[in-house]
Amino acid sequence: MSGFRQTILPVLTVIAAIMAIWYAMVPVMNAPYERDQAVRDKREMTTSQMIARTYAQEKPILPAPHQVLAEIAKTTIGLKVTSKRSLIYHAWVTLSSTLLGFAFGTTLGVLIAVGIVYSKALNKSLMPWIITSQTIPILAIAPMVVVVMAAIGVTGLLPKAIISTYLSFFPVAVGMVKGLTSPEPMQLDLMRTYNASGAQTFTKLRWPSALPYLFTSMKVAIAISLVGAIVGELPTGAQAGLGARLLAGSYYGQTIQIWSALFTAAALAALLVAVISFVHKQVLKRFGVQAT
Amino acid sequence: MNGWIIFALVFWLAAWALNEFLSRHEFGNGKSQKAVNLFIPLLFGITLLVLWEGLVRGFNVSQILLPAPSMIWAKLIQSTSLLWADFQQTYLKAVISGYIMGCGAGFIVAILADRIPFLRAGLLPLGNFVASLPIIGLAPIMVLWFGFDWQSKAAIVVAMVFFPMLVNTVAGLAATDAMQKDLMRTYAASYWQTLIKLRLPAAMPFIFNALKINSTLALIGAIVAEFFGSPVSGLGFRISTEVGKLNVDMVWAAIAIAALAGSLSYGALALLERFVTFWHPSIRRG
Repeated sequence: MSGFRQTILPVLTVIAAIMAIWYAMVPVMNAPYERDQAVRDKREMTTSQMIARTYAQEKPILPAPHQVLAEIAKTTIGLKVTSKRSLIYHAWVTLSSTLLGFAFGTTLGVLIAVGIVYSKALNKSLMPWIITSQTIPILAIAPMVVVVMAAIGVTGLLPKAIISTYLSFFPVAVGMVKGLTSPEPMQLDLMRTYNASGAQTFTKLRWPSALPYLFTSMKVAIAISLVGAIVGELPTGAQAGLGARLLAGSYYGQTIQIWSALFTAAALAALLVAVISFVHKQVLKRFGVQAT
Repeated sequence: MNGWIIFALVFWLAAWALNEFLSRHEFGNGKSQKAVNLFIPLLFGITLLVLWEGLVRGFNVSQILLPAPSMIWAKLIQSTSLLWADFQQTYLKAVISGYIMGCGAGFIVAILADRIPFLRAGLLPLGNFVASLPIIGLAPIMVLWFGFDWQSKAAIVVAMVFFPMLVNTVAGLAATDAMQKDLMRTYAASYWQTLIKLRLPAAMPFIFNALKINSTLALIGAIVAEFFGSPVSGLGFRISTEVGKLNVDMVWAAIAIAALAGSLSYGALALLERFVTFWHPSIRRG
């Protein structure tokens, strides 16, 4: 029970506090519109009536959480998956380019890391640029990649996946360089006394000791891939995907739709990170390491 | 094959060979070694630019697809006043005010959370969770709430930088040794004295880590928020409208400005960090 008291209870309390503040803010944010409407229709309204109405507006400034959940339920369970209005359809569009970009990005990041670890020139010349590139707002390039690719006839999944690749290879490359160089000189010397070849040292020592670093950076990479995919959907003229739902919602003032897309994106991010954490733990278990 | 491609390839191979030689060669004294360590990445960057320029010219790559660096530079020089206005709108107004407010709020909440263990136990897992969420999606909501001008961009910047600052500061405040805290106790130091004289300085490496991460996040947040609506200036506005007109050289010029602003603010923070955490083993010399 002490585990519950020390870990779960505080988190629940904070979440409950956020919910309470949210519900309290709904009337505050939405009341001006209701008052405006009442004046326009020349009708009297008690305060309790007004507060009740603020929780049921069609385009509220701040929708109540239950309104958002109802909208999510309506657009996931209530519609066929193939429907253009189904949130599952849009989530899948975003998820597929996220996963494709993540796969490319992780592979590229690992390859670059191996190159950096084994080539001194590459280490000295490329590493400072990889760190500098972290300070550049890469997401700003996203609309250009999409539009330019569309101009030469490449549309759909690939441009968004390229953005995700671009975003996700940095954390993996940096993490893997750290991981692949993490074996101590003593351990490398031991491999030498075993007369191990370069490939053997890599597969039996460097790669296994880099795995914890790989998974940690993969968690960052998948989250940033999702952001890349969502931002990549913004300039495509709002066709499909969670980013497109956000943009369409902001064009038409459909706030509930914006929030439901946001909630779905958050759930997707949590799910993806949870999957990687799960694989991480399983792999570490097979290596006989106690996961921390 | 024509002259440009051959030149670019030869330059690339020569630079590669030189870098390979320089990084293998041991230089006797520390000073020239340092200069060489600076020269190698510089040469690599120049090589990339030459390769880019040469291949774009050599293969006659359409200007829409990828303009040559020289063209981007020409455009940048030609439209400095426009880009300066964009820079003011995005960086000086939205990024800086949002960055200061968000980091300040994160810092204050971190001090509170450090004081109240219950709050810390509740906020930290949440902060780690939020770190993986696409917070940038809040941008349309912020535009709705705070209008098209820089205030909405500052708000999204606040939302993006708050949690990294919170999580890192709390971690930093926990980094003080028990022994050091005991020493403060034997000095009969009050909570605030301990905080200001021992724990905050000890937390500085963590805090600067967050400040550096946030400087990039803030710029990204402000630029992407401008995609959702902005007045007729701003780097994000420039990028999204010029992309629509297929003026790709102007887009690259705006990106170059953003990259420069991002790198310079990162560099300035790194410099400030050296100054503030002079005692840290990673910086201290001798």
